[in-house]
Amino acid sequence: MITLTVNGTAHQLDIDPATPLLYALRGELGLNGAKFGCGLGQCGACTVVVDGEATYSCLLPVIAVQGRQVLTIEGLGGIDKPSPLQQAFIDEQAAQCGYCIAGMIMRAHALIQKTSAPTEAQIREGMEPNLCRCGTHMRIVRAIRRVTAEAREAALVSFRETRR
Amino acid sequence: MSITPPRPSRRAFLSGGGALIVSFASINPLVAQGTTALPGAAPLPGSLAKTSMLDSWIRIDAEGAITVFTGKAELGQGIKTALLQLAAEELVVAPKALRLVTADTALTPDEGYTAGSHSMQDSGTAIRNAAAQVRDLLIGLAAAQWQVPTAGLFVEGGAVIAADGRSISYGKLVADQNLHIQAQPQPVLVPVAKQRLIGLSLPRIDIPAKVTGGAAYVQDMRLPDMAHGRVLLPPSYGAVLRSVDISGVEHLPGLLKVVHDANYLAVIAEREYQAVTAMQALAAAAVWHENADLPEPRNLFETLAHLPGETVPVLNGSGKMPEGAQIIEAAYSRAYQMHGSIGPSCAVAQLTDGGLSVWTHTQGVFPLRAALAQLTGLPLDKVRCTHVEGSGCYGHNGADDVAADAAIMAFALPGRPVRVQWMREQEHTWEPYGSAMLTHARAALSPDHKILAWDYSVGSCTHSTRPGGAGNLVAAWLRSNPIAQPAPKPLPLPEGGGHRNAAPLYSIMDARVVYDFIPDMPLRVSAMRGLGAYMNIFSIESFMDELAHAAGADPVDFRVDHLGDIRATDVIARAAERFGWAGYFRTPGRGRGFGFARYKNLAAYLAVAVEVEVDRETGRTRLRRAVAAVDSGEVVNPDGIRNQIEGGILQSASWTLYEGVQFDRTRITSRDWSSYPIMRFSAVPDTVDVHVINRPGTPFLGTGEAAQGPTSAAIANAIFDAVGIRLRDIPLTAARVKAAIGV
Repeated sequence: MITLTVNGTAHQLDIDPATPLLYALRGELGLNGAKFGCGLGQCGACTVVVDGEATYSCLLPVIAVQGRQVLTIEGLGGIDKPSPLQQAFIDEQAAQCGYCIAGMIMRAHALIQKTSAPTEAQIREGMEPNLCRCGTHMRIVRAIRRVTAEAREAALVSFRETRR
Repeated sequence: MSITPPRPSRRAFLSGGGALIVSFASINPLVAQGTTALPGAAPLPGSLAKTSMLDSWIRIDAEGAITVFTGKAELGQGIKTALLQLAAEELVVAPKALRLVTADTALTPDEGYTAGSHSMQDSGTAIRNAAAQVRDLLIGLAAAQWQVPTAGLFVEGGAVIAADGRSISYGKLVADQNLHIQAQPQPVLVPVAKQRLIGLSLPRIDIPAKVTGGAAYVQDMRLPDMAHGRVLLPPSYGAVLRSVDISGVEHLPGLLKVVHDANYLAVIAEREYQAVTAMQALAAAAVWHENADLPEPRNLFETLAHLPGETVPVLNGSGKMPEGAQIIEAAYSRAYQMHGSIGPSCAVAQLTDGGLSVWTHTQGVFPLRAALAQLTGLPLDKVRCTHVEGSGCYGHNGADDVAADAAIMAFALPGRPVRVQWMREQEHTWEPYGSAMLTHARAALSPDHKILAWDYSVGSCTHSTRPGGAGNLVAAWLRSNPIAQPAPKPLPLPEGGGHRNAAPLYSIMDARVVYDFIPDMPLRVSAMRGLGAYMNIFSIESFMDELAHAAGADPVDFRVDHLGDIRATDVIARAAERFGWAGYFRTPGRGRGFGFARYKNLAAYLAVAVEVEVDRETGRTRLRRAVAAVDSGEVVNPDGIRNQIEGGILQSASWTLYEGVQFDRTRITSRDWSSYPIMRFSAVPDTVDVHVINRPGTPFLGTGEAAQGPTSAAIANAIFDAVGIRLRDIPLTAARVKAAIGV
């Protein structure tokens, strides 16, 4: 038995411990967000957040995730109550086919947790591991900027006040 | 047999409470007479020409629920939202009040492939016209019921309303009747001034599920009792299986079945990763004989040029250059390029007593149904193909092939649904690529900078090996009694295949254009976004830049001097102006470039100006900014158009700067994203601006592929402007730039 904690809930799974996390999320827990893209850690379609770090779920054996916190896009918010980051992707219409988008959002989520008010350069650098084939990159960057704009503004105000 | 999931049947739509055959003869005696268009009548608009009964497109049940049907598929281009906008506009209801059914052989019209930027002009036009006729029909029914003239009636919120306040819902009007009525050629559309929805950027209906982990793709389907399959494709095209020892595979946990038929190998397991593991074990146990029969990569273009060809004339000019004129000549090439879907292709299939059901992200459910019927020996009416979204395809990728794999595995495991997804390496090495191409251009310039004569040729393998017949499915080549791939034929003009956009839109007195169609296919090829248009526009628009340079003319002015179409010059003027072409200040290492085309010479007009930055040390080119202007005719959803064009610009930049399929004499060696790199965020432009020129009341012009060609040439032209070197071979890689600069 493997104990897998996903979106705050612990699950007991009777699966081969070598099974990559991706297949446990999709197959055993019925979660759709993390996608199979390459199985090689090259495209980021499978990105989830493990203990705060954006992680390729296609490479990580489920045994290595025991005792750790896994966050998937389902844990951010659902269709009735999307999180601010998800809402920003909707507002910017930041998807075409959308197959890469759940991975994009999870990488962006981890980025924002670490860097609350990222610059555009930091966003682009942070998103580098994830591929999009439709060419939706401009909108993805805009969505992340949109959701961090307030924090960025607050940081600038606070900076100006310090300088005063 | 196991449970078949509940699915709405055609019968349910046709019977339950009855859709609508209106006693319509009383309203318009011409209409109810037959199922064919009246002699001498104008042709029916869009796909109504092929599927002309109104209830093929729109059905209203007795409760007033309205369902819209399209034979086109959502590929991530936002077509569902735009089609709903059109139907809701003409029916005068909220888009939310409508249900939309997309490509399904059991339910929807056969609209062929969702390809060629056709969906708006074919399906959009049909649905809009059908909806308008249904609306007028409903008004007519109300008028007949109330014994009043139609003139005083109007519709709102799903009801017909009279001036005196009486109202009756659409549902009540159609109760126990159906809409099985021949469409008419010229219905009254909602006039531009009264449009409520057309022209609005309504948010896409598919995006919320996609950003919240909803079941949005065929990859996300989980049918009851579903098993998981993986195919083991050979290591190279012609490989022959020498031996395979399946004893080590058969006892793996969860394994349900090993499928082995000649060179076809597959496994089915209870869980997905079990299937992956079993497939890998099978791969290790299989011994293949491979042949070194791919072209020598270094001589690819010589090899292609010497393959037997079929000459297709496009423009019948003399091909002669006037004596004494300035003659310019150039040759261009394009490597094989791949669709490179981020999600490998996937399908679910289930064989029950009722037949074979296949859920697929194919671009053509009807052609695929025919192919699967041939492959499995089932009659056509025992195969149902239902489109479910997949990862973006940008043309003919592995979607149809994996549907065949799923069908074969469904036969191996009757009753249970089987979900099959290709692995990354399989998608990379077995998808049908966009053909390698070579072009040659020659032109004569007059002393006053006019093009006097033009002579252009393009050589290419086919741009469609889509199924229809099973012979275009990989599985059909591998099994015993293989089905040979049918000999490809050049796609007909005016749209064309390799010769798509081979004829310049520019006004040239004496222009000869020839297509050298190469029937052989050293690498598997088929339709990829834009077909030959990408390379022909790259060549023509690069060459126009070379001519302008030779003439000492501004490249934008030079183009406009040779254009007699105001919609063409409008997009050029808009892109140039918004880019700041006239006042452009060149800084070291940076340059500007321009590209223009009308897609297929009959669809959307698009002009794009770009600025690039070239690093002389590494040869790396980065697209810094792009400004495009597009004329797609009447605009239904402006943001949908912008999204397509922005994406097209970035995708074309990726193709143009980085992408060429690598191979050796035996195998495709572009097996993953490290051996076939595409654009990543660090190379993405600073800004991309798309300006949409609306032409209300004019036909829809296909847009989805319009950016591919112009962007490629604009980049090459900007590299020339930046560092003075002319690159004519796609991809314009850092290595090629560096070699050309000679540092």
